[in-house]
Amino acid sequence: MKKTVLLLAMLILAVPLSADSNLPPAYWANRELPDARQEAEAQALMEQLRCLVCQGQSIADSDAELAGDMRDLVRRRIAAGESPNAVRAWLIQRYGTWISFKPTDEPAAWPLWLAPLALILIGAWLIRRRIKLKAGA
Amino acid sequence: MSRGLRLIPIILLLFVLSGLAWRLIKPADTAVPSQMVERPVPQFMLAAALADKPGLAAADLATGQPHLLNIFASWCVPCASEGKVLQELRRHGVTVDGIAVRDTPDALSAFLARNGDPYARIGADRQSDVQIALGSSGVPETFVVDGRGVIRRQYIGPLSNSNVPGVLQELEQLR
Amino acid sequence: MIAETGLAALWLAAGLAAYQFLLMILALRSSVGVARPMRAVAVIQGVLTLAAFAMLLLVFARSDMSVALVFENSNSAKPFIYKVAGAWGNHEGSMLMWVTILAIAGAFVALFSRRTGERTLVAALGSQAILALGFYAFLLIASNPFARLFPAPPDGQGLNPLLQDPGLAFHPPTLYLGYVGLSVAFSFAVGALLTGEVDARLARAMRPWVLGAWILLTLGITAGSYWAYYELGWGGYWFWDPVENASLMPWLAATALLHSINVLAARGALKAWTMMLAVIAFSMSMVGTFLVRSGILTSVHAFAIDPERGTFLLVLLAIYVGAAFILFAFRGANLKEGAPFELVSRESGLVVNNLLLSVILGIVFVGTLYPLFVEALSGEKLSVGAPYFNAVAGPLALLVALLVGIGPLLSWRRERRPVLGLLKVPALLGASALVMSIIAAPSIGILPRAGFAVAAFLLAASIMPLIARNPLRAPLATWGMVVAHFGIAIALAGMAANAAFSSERLAIAKPGEILSVGPWQVQLGGVTPTAGKNWTAIEAELRASRGEGIVTLTPETRYYSDPPTQTNESAIRTFWNGQLYTVIGNQDSSGAWQLRLWWKPFVTLIWAGGALIAIGGALALIGRLLLSLRGRRREPEWRRRYA
Repeated sequence: MKKTVLLLAMLILAVPLSADSNLPPAYWANRELPDARQEAEAQALMEQLRCLVCQGQSIADSDAELAGDMRDLVRRRIAAGESPNAVRAWLIQRYGTWISFKPTDEPAAWPLWLAPLALILIGAWLIRRRIKLKAGA
Repeated sequence: MSRGLRLIPIILLLFVLSGLAWRLIKPADTAVPSQMVERPVPQFMLAAALADKPGLAAADLATGQPHLLNIFASWCVPCASEGKVLQELRRHGVTVDGIAVRDTPDALSAFLARNGDPYARIGADRQSDVQIALGSSGVPETFVVDGRGVIRRQYIGPLSNSNVPGVLQELEQLR
Repeated sequence: MIAETGLAALWLAAGLAAYQFLLMILALRSSVGVARPMRAVAVIQGVLTLAAFAMLLLVFARSDMSVALVFENSNSAKPFIYKVAGAWGNHEGSMLMWVTILAIAGAFVALFSRRTGERTLVAALGSQAILALGFYAFLLIASNPFARLFPAPPDGQGLNPLLQDPGLAFHPPTLYLGYVGLSVAFSFAVGALLTGEVDARLARAMRPWVLGAWILLTLGITAGSYWAYYELGWGGYWFWDPVENASLMPWLAATALLHSINVLAARGALKAWTMMLAVIAFSMSMVGTFLVRSGILTSVHAFAIDPERGTFLLVLLAIYVGAAFILFAFRGANLKEGAPFELVSRESGLVVNNLLLSVILGIVFVGTLYPLFVEALSGEKLSVGAPYFNAVAGPLALLVALLVGIGPLLSWRRERRPVLGLLKVPALLGASALVMSIIAAPSIGILPRAGFAVAAFLLAASIMPLIARNPLRAPLATWGMVVAHFGIAIALAGMAANAAFSSERLAIAKPGEILSVGPWQVQLGGVTPTAGKNWTAIEAELRASRGEGIVTLTPETRYYSDPPTQTNESAIRTFWNGQLYTVIGNQDSSGAWQLRLWWKPFVTLIWAGGALIAIGGALALIGRLLLSLRGRRREPEWRRRYA
């Protein structure tokens, strides 16, 4: 029988217990960096990185172990003085732009950044005859 | 409004509909392929995962001979079924190196005792560091690495018997 | 027998819908008067569908396991309320609910709509019939809710405790009612395009439906946002997830429509634009339903993927929206728009409001579907998420909020009074909020800072339409508008405060350890195991203090056995100036616990604002309905200026 129940259970952060490893989370997976500025940078970056396991979430929000290891990696690299953009670029080199919730400046994302401008121009052109720009004309 | 302008919404609609239809016909592939294919294996050095087997470093993959690099774990269910396939490949003279992700020696040796041990070397990747450096997004995955240490192909998910001839042929070409 | 009765009623209703559609064709081709039989058919169709839905509720209430749908989604041990709610907590039942609401809406139009011309009403009912017919076909061909199992199994499978949640029981009906309200606007638009009677009367007939739909969509989005906030345990209230965007798009279109309808009703202008928006608003509802039901986009809210049903919905979407667009291409251009508006006038304000809302809608639409198109055309995978939407839609939304403060103060046709006088106090408030935020919090981002300024401006500006007149003599609809606009200011303030001043603490703590988050000192007391009916859990006792007594919070991690899942139950404590939000995670090998704490100042204003927006809509709806009940055909001039 085809299972068509909405898997709404997933909504409630349901993590299958069967596929967990035998090791505890990495050291920096769930800890803040001692330097508040670095931690803020790391946190901001982690919120923009897509989790490879639960693909709708960022690694900041995911309970998946791989996401925890990735948080650890991000914090270690930031603590070592790397810039968030360098860390992002390093990950994009491995997983492609898919990993970044923020579209980068590659050509495939150009239409995305141009869309708002284009939409406003089209809109303005559509209403150009609807509004009189000169009073009393 | 000109006639051409009036048709624009319809054209946009057709465009959107064909995109949605394409996605229905070809459902999203949730696998995220590694971008490291056709690039050299990144530098790494992993300690031995088991006392009686050497660990694994990037240099061990650039020996002049092609390797299979298998990312696996004892806690991963599909990895168990993949063991037989890897052993079959090994019988054909393929060198299979393993990276055990987030694993303990005890669990690993029990796993290998149960499912067979095709690995020449096994490195212990306790925090998925090397896995991430390779652009791998889960277990099991298998990379084909040529003699110069360049990644030539990635298999996402367990290898099955049907993969054996293809993998053998691929390795033969790289020799 | 009950299930068979329901199925028979559904078939009959489908037949009547087909008949209703044929009547419309007949009426449009000749001048035969079919309004009376048409109204009767629409009402009977509504009653039959309601009967079918009642039969479904009945088989669920009686736990009749010989019905496949009940077997799959219910269990005799379920609490009664969830047995009944289970009727629409699944694909087939929810589609039956959708078509039931659609048919009842059609019946209501047939019974009560007297405002439009008769031919337009007939055409609108015909359109409503063909909409319903598609969904009847969908139900009867591809997803029969009444299919039987033989032999009947002893008990059902649907005991998933995670699905037993009041939010899940009432969230879908709220959104469906909203979507269906927009279907009526769609049908009126199609009807009017067919007959060419696009005028103020049509706008007045459409308005209550659009307003009602918009209220329900507002409520649905607000409740859904709060639900995600407390259930997901990530401290966020909006994730720009595809499923969330799917519910936001119809709302944006409905909001634009709500405002352009007022121009059509008051000035008989923006005809083509309003008709297009009515079509778009319902199209967005269908796109949303399609995206959610087909599960083609990767989302946090994981739904089962079902290509067959997705295909059916996509075909319906193509037929309805395609037909409406073609109709618009041929008829929409013939509509006369009249003279252009003065630059400083209520009309121009509403046109700009519509432009900006449509651009935001376009951005959400493009951003949501862009990855799909890039993959289809180039094979490349990319992600579009919160950073994009916040950066692009955020400033535009602030601009809209700014105009919300100004627009209602302008009068129709031409502004003769100095509006700037009324805006003195709001502008002063906005400027001082800006200065204060720079002095008191120099390091916050530019978007939250602008948010504070606009919110302060709008708090005052939104009530100006009442202050300028005697508030007691203002019509209810004006009160509604003021409350809704005030709600925007409140929600905006909450969003800005949350973005600027939230503090988060992530730590591994041993019992007895004290952590600070914002003004709070939080001590981890004991962690104890506890158990419920079908779960075991560990429960942390957190003692929080900011110098004035201690509050205790008890977040949990629960382990369900069937299906085996782990959930984090956050513990949230609300204070007048914010919420303390706590989550406990796993224990590490040294016996310490993973904790995540947030102090979120004034975050509750976000949903309070959402509720105010919906209440404002309700006041306006009641005001309009009362007015039409009293049969006032023309509103006095001052009323129209401020309504």
